[in-house]
Amino acid sequence: MSRTIKLRKGLDIKLLGEAEKVKSTPKVTAFAIKPPDFHGLMPKLTVKVGDKVKTGSVIFFDKYQEEVKFVSPIAGEITEIVRGAKRKILEVRIKADAENSAEEFGIINPDSMDEAATKKALLDNGLWPFIKMRPIDIVANPNDTPKAIFVSGFDSSPLAPDYDYVLHGHAEAFQAGITALSKLTQGKVHITTRANAANDEALKGVKGVQSHTIVGKHPAGNVGTQIHHIDPINKGEVVWTVNALDVALIGSSLIGGKYDSSRIIALTGSEVKKTEYIKTNIGASMASLIENKIKADGDVRIISGNVLTGDKVSADGYLGFYHQQITAIPEGNEASFQLSGGGWLGPGTKKFSINRSYFSWLTPNKKRRLDTNLNGEIRSFVVTGEMEKVFPFDIYPMQLIKSAMYNDIDLMENLGIYEVAPEDFALCEFVCTSKIDIQDKIRQGLDVIKEECM
Amino acid sequence: MKSLEKFLRKIEPTHESKWAKFHPVWDALYTFAFTPGETTKKGSHIRDGIDLKRTMFMVIVALIPCLLFGIYNTGHWHYYAEGTAGAFMDHFGDKLLYGAIKILPIVIVSYGIGLGVEFIFCIRNKHAIQEGFLVTGMLIPLILPADIPLWMVAVATVFAVVLGKEVFGGTGMNIVNIALTARAFLFFGYPTEMSGDKVWMSGIGDMAKADIPEGVTGATQLGELASFTFPQEEWAYGAEAVANIQETAISGFQSAWPLWESFVGMIPGSIGETSVAAILIGAILLLYTGIGNWKLMSSFVVGGLVVGLIANWTAVNPYMELEPLNHLIIGGFAFGAVFMITDPVSAAQTSTGKFIYGFLAGALSITIRVFNGAYPEGVFLAILFMNVMAPMIDHYVIQVNIKRRLKRIKTA
Repeated sequence: MSRTIKLRKGLDIKLLGEAEKVKSTPKVTAFAIKPPDFHGLMPKLTVKVGDKVKTGSVIFFDKYQEEVKFVSPIAGEITEIVRGAKRKILEVRIKADAENSAEEFGIINPDSMDEAATKKALLDNGLWPFIKMRPIDIVANPNDTPKAIFVSGFDSSPLAPDYDYVLHGHAEAFQAGITALSKLTQGKVHITTRANAANDEALKGVKGVQSHTIVGKHPAGNVGTQIHHIDPINKGEVVWTVNALDVALIGSSLIGGKYDSSRIIALTGSEVKKTEYIKTNIGASMASLIENKIKADGDVRIISGNVLTGDKVSADGYLGFYHQQITAIPEGNEASFQLSGGGWLGPGTKKFSINRSYFSWLTPNKKRRLDTNLNGEIRSFVVTGEMEKVFPFDIYPMQLIKSAMYNDIDLMENLGIYEVAPEDFALCEFVCTSKIDIQDKIRQGLDVIKEECM
Repeated sequence: MKSLEKFLRKIEPTHESKWAKFHPVWDALYTFAFTPGETTKKGSHIRDGIDLKRTMFMVIVALIPCLLFGIYNTGHWHYYAEGTAGAFMDHFGDKLLYGAIKILPIVIVSYGIGLGVEFIFCIRNKHAIQEGFLVTGMLIPLILPADIPLWMVAVATVFAVVLGKEVFGGTGMNIVNIALTARAFLFFGYPTEMSGDKVWMSGIGDMAKADIPEGVTGATQLGELASFTFPQEEWAYGAEAVANIQETAISGFQSAWPLWESFVGMIPGSIGETSVAAILIGAILLLYTGIGNWKLMSSFVVGGLVVGLIANWTAVNPYMELEPLNHLIIGGFAFGAVFMITDPVSAAQTSTGKFIYGFLAGALSITIRVFNGAYPEGVFLAILFMNVMAPMIDHYVIQVNIKRRLKRIKTA
């Protein structure tokens, strides 16, 4: 039974710099795998500086779930292990060599496998980290039995890559990935696509899934929104989620017999000279991907991911494990006089707001060049009702955020903390008049829940 | 503007300097002049253009028509009490001048004292100075009579800011509406300056009885309505006589105060509350920009209308016979509906809660007006009462959501 989910709430933030549909393949030699990409992970390294690794060689594993392994996206040599405070491992840097040899594990046909064999294939070959779990939004625990697996067939966040374009021609791999996932659950694999859109064959023709369609603004493409409207998570239940593009990677790894870390990422944002799609691998060095492609005027923030949930990376940083997008937007680090364009008393034609207090409401469809300025100071919660406009859940966002802020576990449970991930609150954070870092508060709440209740 | 920014940066007190504890004051000054170049650190990299300053500023803009009309109206009723008011445009300049001389000092005292208290608490608590008082400071003068002594404004403002807000932790933490706290303080503390028929026409209190022209009572509409005798003793006067008294009372009232004049605001009353037209301009601005909450405003009006209608149907005294529409236009009802009930901090916070809260506040306002002869105006009392009830309303609204979630587990 498929049905169309209709969302009335949400917000599409229109930004300049959508990726043009041309592909380039820059030469990248520096790669890194970053443990902080996997929230809450305690990595145990299996390599040291100077070791030679192949594509798919284990770099580290989870200290508390040793079967979950994280592997090298590329063949080469470990050049550096970057550590931060308390010797926390931040990056394992790998220099690619010319051979590009891979750990071959033999072609696997997901059709002929049972649950245990599929699980083992994914765990042993470094494909498991693509699977995340809800609640908590971390890498899935292989000992859980998920009630269902959810895949979102599109990304609705600002300037997001077009999955139809990226997945085009990968129908076989996508199907293989879906088949493998369907072995892992007694329930269904749900896939949700945008209604009234020309979805690619890979998404349309896939078999063995429960498909749904959704209409509405962002966060329609967030898997959390879709779960909430299809089959919400109750206390004690676990569902797994996999990004559609990662499903294709799982599939192509299995049918190719070796770890496939290739990604087609979108280079987007108002500060990019010429937007495009880039063919590269997971963990590629940012410097080589964006070299000579960023406008030179003023400070620019490079984001691995989208503007709402991505990570700020420095010029010598690396692409995040789950990210399919790089966004470059101007830094708003200059004070602006109250009456000027960026000031609080000014006309604000360049600002974007869901309220109509700035004159920018006259041009709602204009694509904007928004910067990273906070546009105000951090304040107490004063305004109510604004988050509800962009939060399509049957959950009271402000009350949940407050309960997370004061660590009231019972209240968090009652208000639905199990159904949400920080990314679901990205828009709430965007619209918040009081400029509170809401995603961070929700993450802290989830950490408490993980500690106390899971 | 670069040089101004440089200058402000130069005088920023550092941690070591002896002015370090005045950093909140500097911060307030700097962020008033400039939107700082502070960028996002965590989470969403871009943020909505709105901030608390802009929000509060829009409310102040929405209050300006009320303030301007209040200035004119104060002058108008002063000259009316002297018997020389004439039509709307007669003595226009004189009326404005008189009103400005009366009202601007009240605004200045309210802002000066309130911000002073706010600054002291922020310095003491090492908090940034938040913008909440910008609106409160304007609301307080607009809900007071023009003849209020300035020292009373000062005392009430201190009382409201300290006991209404700062003891709870400052902006965003208060339980009751701060401006209404100030009004309640004066209403109960100094009733002779806040009610009766000596305060609503500026200057009338000081005039000798003989100087006041015939027919000028100095009472507001609400005062007149409340003073209608209650002809309950039907057995003594006979049903016909009672009906007669009712008839003359209400028709006399309605012919003395045409609806249109009340709507424009040519009536005596508190400074900013008289003109429904000016309030509507503010309401349109607030609703259109999305700063004011339509759920609160509409449910408040509906609540008032419903009780007005019920009273109308079951009328046993002249006050109850008043058309419900009149109730919306006279007194502080419109002002309360647009600027008081919509205070997001003291109102209910959930969507459903807002409807319930607004409706009950509106209903209670008219109930107090009509059924409690001791208080001619019920709006501020009703809103204050509902402020206290708002968390309870929210609690039960949220319980419904929680129950729905628990039920899902049981049926699953």
